[in-house]
Amino acid sequence: MALIEVEDLKVYFPIRGGIFRTIQEYVRAVDGVSFSIEKGQTYGLVGESGSGKTTIGRTIIGLNKMTSGKITFDSISLGEDRRRSRLNIQKDIQMIFQDPYSSLNPKKRVIDIIAEPLRNFEKLSTQEEKSRVQNLLDIVGLSPEAMYKYPHEFSGGQRQRIGIARAIALNPKLIIADEPVSALDVSVQAQVLNFMQDIQKELNLTYLLISHDLGIIRHMSDYIGIMYKGRYVEQGTADEIFTNPQHIYTKRLLSAIPDIDPRQREVIFEKRLKVRDEFVKLSKNYFDENGLAFPLKPISKTHFAALPERG
Amino acid sequence: MDEELVKIKQLKTSFRVLDDYYAAVDDVTLTIYKNEVLAIVGESGSGKSALAFSIMGLHNRAKIEGEIYYRGENIANASPGRWNKLRGREMGMIFQDSLSALNPLMIIGTQIEETLLLHNPKISARERKIRVIDLLMKVGIPRPEKTYYQYPHELSGGMRQRVIIAIAIANQPQLLIADEPTTALDVTIQAQILDLLRQLKNEMRAAIVLITHDLGIVAEMADRVAVMYAGQIVEIADVYTLIENPLHPYTKMLLKSVPSSSGAKSRLHVIQGVVPALHKLPREGCRFRGRIPWMDASVHESNPMLHEVRPGHYVRCTCYQYFHFPDKYKEESSHGTH
Amino acid sequence: MWKLMVRRIIIMIPQIVVLSLLVFMLAKAMPGDALTGLIDPSIDPAAIEAMRERLGLNNPWYVQYWDWITRALQGDLGQSFFFKMPVADLIGQRMVNTFWLSLATLILTYLIAIPLGIVSGRYNDTLADRLITGYTYVGFAAPLFITALLMLYIFGFQFGWFPTGGSVSPGSTPGSAEYVIDKIYHLLLPALSMALITTVSTVQYLRCEIIDTKQKDFIITARAKGASEQRVYHRHILRNSLLPIAALFGYEITGLIGGTIFIENIFNYPGMGQLFLESITRRDYSVMTALVLLYGIAAIVGALISDIILSIVDPRIRIK
Repeated sequence: MALIEVEDLKVYFPIRGGIFRTIQEYVRAVDGVSFSIEKGQTYGLVGESGSGKTTIGRTIIGLNKMTSGKITFDSISLGEDRRRSRLNIQKDIQMIFQDPYSSLNPKKRVIDIIAEPLRNFEKLSTQEEKSRVQNLLDIVGLSPEAMYKYPHEFSGGQRQRIGIARAIALNPKLIIADEPVSALDVSVQAQVLNFMQDIQKELNLTYLLISHDLGIIRHMSDYIGIMYKGRYVEQGTADEIFTNPQHIYTKRLLSAIPDIDPRQREVIFEKRLKVRDEFVKLSKNYFDENGLAFPLKPISKTHFAALPERG
Repeated sequence: MDEELVKIKQLKTSFRVLDDYYAAVDDVTLTIYKNEVLAIVGESGSGKSALAFSIMGLHNRAKIEGEIYYRGENIANASPGRWNKLRGREMGMIFQDSLSALNPLMIIGTQIEETLLLHNPKISARERKIRVIDLLMKVGIPRPEKTYYQYPHELSGGMRQRVIIAIAIANQPQLLIADEPTTALDVTIQAQILDLLRQLKNEMRAAIVLITHDLGIVAEMADRVAVMYAGQIVEIADVYTLIENPLHPYTKMLLKSVPSSSGAKSRLHVIQGVVPALHKLPREGCRFRGRIPWMDASVHESNPMLHEVRPGHYVRCTCYQYFHFPDKYKEESSHGTH
Repeated sequence: MWKLMVRRIIIMIPQIVVLSLLVFMLAKAMPGDALTGLIDPSIDPAAIEAMRERLGLNNPWYVQYWDWITRALQGDLGQSFFFKMPVADLIGQRMVNTFWLSLATLILTYLIAIPLGIVSGRYNDTLADRLITGYTYVGFAAPLFITALLMLYIFGFQFGWFPTGGSVSPGSTPGSAEYVIDKIYHLLLPALSMALITTVSTVQYLRCEIIDTKQKDFIITARAKGASEQRVYHRHILRNSLLPIAALFGYEITGLIGGTIFIENIFNYPGMGQLFLESITRRDYSVMTALVLLYGIAAIVGALISDIILSIVDPRIRIK
């Protein structure tokens, strides 16, 4: 049983124009996306800026309204009457944001930042609250003295840990991590990624990891979905995507990743050029007349790609 | 190796914090050769951007000590007039954030023309426009005549970065400094921009100083690599040596902390602690010692020097000879798991 | 951009309708009506009633509003009972005087603000900057009417450099060169008194804009191109900082309305502001409502001008 199931999700944003600001047309930020995440797994969502990956995360947590489709979380539908179901679900789905500098209120102490979700959902005495926060700080590897400090007194990595402590305060089931490390230095990035893996095991968390960095996605994810202009082009296990990509866009994305081996560089340049030429030549076969991806077709039990009708 | 273009000797760039000067770049000695890509790698706060700004003379209120020779001329404390002749003509700079690096209220054409105008005041307006269109074409902008009249916010990030490159190369400079040129871009666009830089380098036979934190980009682009930590160069080598046989503990750990896209799901290495703030840097001894506390204090030099291990391969401090990863680093890095 | 402007102007229509309704209601809510001041207490109440009926004062409020607004649109703002002349004619003369006073104030405001703002922003944290910001703090703190009184006392009475009242010396021939010079001479002290105070916010705004723009990345780009400090300032910093100031122009007009009411009364300058205060003390309702309506429209038009200027100078808005 999947923890979360997204079925044919569409999120359109109206573009207003003209003298009376009437709706002229829609931006199809997410245009018919389906996927599901099993409990305890990490699902990586990849795409370039504007592909709609962030919108999916924001829609699941309720920051964007869905235009149509169905999101089922823990057998509860997050449908139209979100208000009623919302409250309980809000506890179970939390978010880690990209920028640890702007996502923490600079005027609040760490204890107030971390305790905020607790105060919203649980009635705790000051003493109970303090011990809970202390416990959370311990989990994210910060000392208890951190409680009474302000965000600016911490480094980027530490701040991201504070953000994580806030996200796990209510024992959520699903964490949506939107580019959780892209604002951090490499060494700090490793710290946060390792830590996310640790608490995943410990607390049996499920991750929806949104990133443009394929290295991180591969390192963290069990399943991967690749998005292009609001639609899926390919979905599969990490191995399937990286070793046996089917869609021309996936191939192009993968070929663009810089490799750490300098002796391979000429090979990579050539391959990249080849894939790019192929992309230019064949893209009309892989995308419909509007330049959008076709519906997904199964390649294997877990592997799907948006290939044209004839296969 | 090609001839020397820039030779930096014991450069120290200090900023005033309250009443004291603190060196963001401390004792950097470095040579940049013609027609090479020199990558400068480091985390934020390592001084890599401060070094680049020093070479371009772009620091407004910094104290610069030491020497920077550009083709034999010491420009470390050159007059503003001299700098204005060098910048934009002899050296160009490519910035990270293309949106904020362009004037939002000026059309693209005017912004590129400004570089031409400043160094060739005699060419006519018509000639300038032709050259700008040529430049836009050269950096791969599909409709240069249209882009000429557009404003920065009307272009995509990749297109804006191409405009920034057009500005930097307008006068065929000998030295291009690219400060995290692709950090803000998507991978496929990044690949295109790096490709463009490579192509331009081969065409102009210029030197490129590539400042980045991405070791993948280093492996793809660089001929030589300098690794910076806390204002100092801790290791310099050619790219193959640096990636295959790194010596300094910092380089070794940095390489282990990158998630590889080739698959192995091993745990990432974590470098304990953080880069100390400018005013908290240890001024004596090995600056990296705080990040490798399991190593005995005696392995560090009291006054760490750059040692030439092999021709062209320099490492700072003697601690590299004894360095080993901590046996217990598994528990260390997973602190908090009970 | 045309769409934006048309849309912006259409938005103005309901604003003005609401304004006129408010003004009308307020006038109705005040004790007495247009007739109260006109009549002699000895007149027969039945005659008064007939007169009320004839003037439409017994109609429901919306009929009265409609009559009032249609007449106002045709330029008929009623009769002033005090001056016994049409309000439109009465305001007409005064409006010209207020217009010249406002224009002089605006010019002086920018003549003071731009150099001070530039010096203060460019050389921030120097002695010059501290003196200028010091002045702006005083300007923020000092009430306009005290400054005006002080100026009047010092330069008008003590030194006698400027006339202390009126808009022109009696006996000058309209149209002659002396007449124009005399008008300007009468304008200077009130305009300067007002400008000295209203300019401080513009000085501060310009200073902040310049300091802000100085730290933008594109300034580094300009330096990296090899541009001299002078050129960086003129081509990039000043240009980019002055444009938002231009957009504030419309709002200055709103600020002037309050200012002229004080200034005209203190300097005994025959403009709309003086008339406004007089009409209040004399319960000259038709004049008062007409003036409130005009002031309101001026404020709305001021905001419109600001938006239009901004959409012209800033390409980021213009394109949309």
